Amino acid sequence: MFSLESITNSIQTWLNNTFNPTIALLFECVIVGVLVISLFAVLGLVLVLMERKVSAYMQIRLGPNRVGPGGSLQTVADTLKLVVKEGLTPDGADKFLFNLAPFLVIIISMLVLAPIPFAKNFQILDINIGVLYVSAVSSVSVIGILMAGWASNNKYSLLGAMRSGAQIVSYELSAGLAVLSIVVLTGSLQLSDIIASQQNGWWIFKGHIPVIISFVIFIIAVTAETNRAPFDLAEAESELTAGFHTEYSGMKFALFFLAEYVNIFIVCSIGAILFLGGWMPLHIGNWNGFNHVMDYIPSSVWFIGKVFFLIFVIMWFRWTFPRLRIDQLLNLEWKYLLPISMLNLLLTTLITIMGWHF
Amino acid sequence: MFLKDYISDVFNATKSLLKGMRRTGYYFTHHKEIITQQYPEVKQALPERFRGEVVMPHDENNEHACTGCTACELACPNATIKIITKFDVTPDGKKKKALDTFVYHLELCTMCNLCVQACPTDAIKMAQTFEHSVYDRSRLTKKLNEPGSKIRAGVE
Repeated sequence: MFSLESITNSIQTWLNNTFNPTIALLFECVIVGVLVISLFAVLGLVLVLMERKVSAYMQIRLGPNRVGPGGSLQTVADTLKLVVKEGLTPDGADKFLFNLAPFLVIIISMLVLAPIPFAKNFQILDINIGVLYVSAVSSVSVIGILMAGWASNNKYSLLGAMRSGAQIVSYELSAGLAVLSIVVLTGSLQLSDIIASQQNGWWIFKGHIPVIISFVIFIIAVTAETNRAPFDLAEAESELTAGFHTEYSGMKFALFFLAEYVNIFIVCSIGAILFLGGWMPLHIGNWNGFNHVMDYIPSSVWFIGKVFFLIFVIMWFRWTFPRLRIDQLLNLEWKYLLPISMLNLLLTTLITIMGWHF
Repeated sequence: MFLKDYISDVFNATKSLLKGMRRTGYYFTHHKEIITQQYPEVKQALPERFRGEVVMPHDENNEHACTGCTACELACPNATIKIITKFDVTPDGKKKKALDTFVYHLELCTMCNLCVQACPTDAIKMAQTFEHSVYDRSRLTKKLNEPGSKIRAGVE
């Protein structure tokens, strides 16, 4: 059966037999780096195309259908265009910060990728505080956005960046509380432990209504954190032209664009890991035949399938709901999501203590 | 009462959001609803009164109905039409004014239809073509009467 685990193991034993451990480790680091960068490139191409197709079908259009079979090379052509474009730096901009910001944003998304298990025993680093690490590092991305908005020396950029700051700081709270309810149920911050605890059923099925509520809150909060519609006030093209990346062009703009889509992938994979069992196949109670068939699907396929389902849901939000005003946005967080998720966390704790979950 | 309003707010909001998602989800799964027409392959039938460009219809004997009266040139608001006239000699030895060249500047035309309305002999009309883009601007300056054409007999 196909599994990524055997490939990585054979590569590791080969490297360790051929070179001394230090050089083997170095080689592994290089391989991981190359893999991460290629994953970024592929994700950028696939997700942008998916977004354009999904949005087209939801708006009764056809979407890109000229470049390549069924429009599948459209994003490749767009990327080529962005590569050959000039990366302009405005005269009044703070040159150093202006050029640093896109790299900061993309590096932060790369860092968050570290503890994510893509398949069974296939993850870069199994940190024992994985959940904490993810929520800590992902909230640093607001610094990159603020930096871009401030350094552009443009009022639209600054407004967008400030809104983004207010938004991410607020929604980080309810996203954190929603994640905490799973941590309470599992009793561990390690992502591999959290997946292992869903061996007999995903938390969204096992955890009754509180987990479903925290799943909904998580999805809303991460939509806001990744600055996507209906919470895309940071770039609100009808109000702020493009918000924090108004002044960027060429590859520097492409990095922001890529970071947005990679961030969606990351938050969706976190959602899939916490609520939908990560790479765990779907098992239903005592249906042994059904469970056995499900085991034959490779764990990487399960993971990618769940992540893309969540990404589709977030795209669905984007192409259905209108953009919120900034006061409505903060009302939603501080008056609705935060109190509900606090109460929900209490309920989850009660369920865990009494052992009411399956 | 505050709590009741709060809960009903949340409930109604969720309900209306789900209603919206059901609509877009319906469109996403029903590709038959797509209203896009793929232009170069599928060309929409244009209405009869669509105004694409000014043309001068010629009959099978290569004859047109233009007397060279310049009514269209005078009617044109932005000097799109320039009529160059000549003098024909009729069989009984009289000189008669006739059309030499009908110059039409498509790049200046606003398709206002005033020239067609001004024409006393219905010599020009609006065509339904609309793909006018060319690589050279000079190709937009057109000569409407065909070479060797002459005025139809009986048109005054």
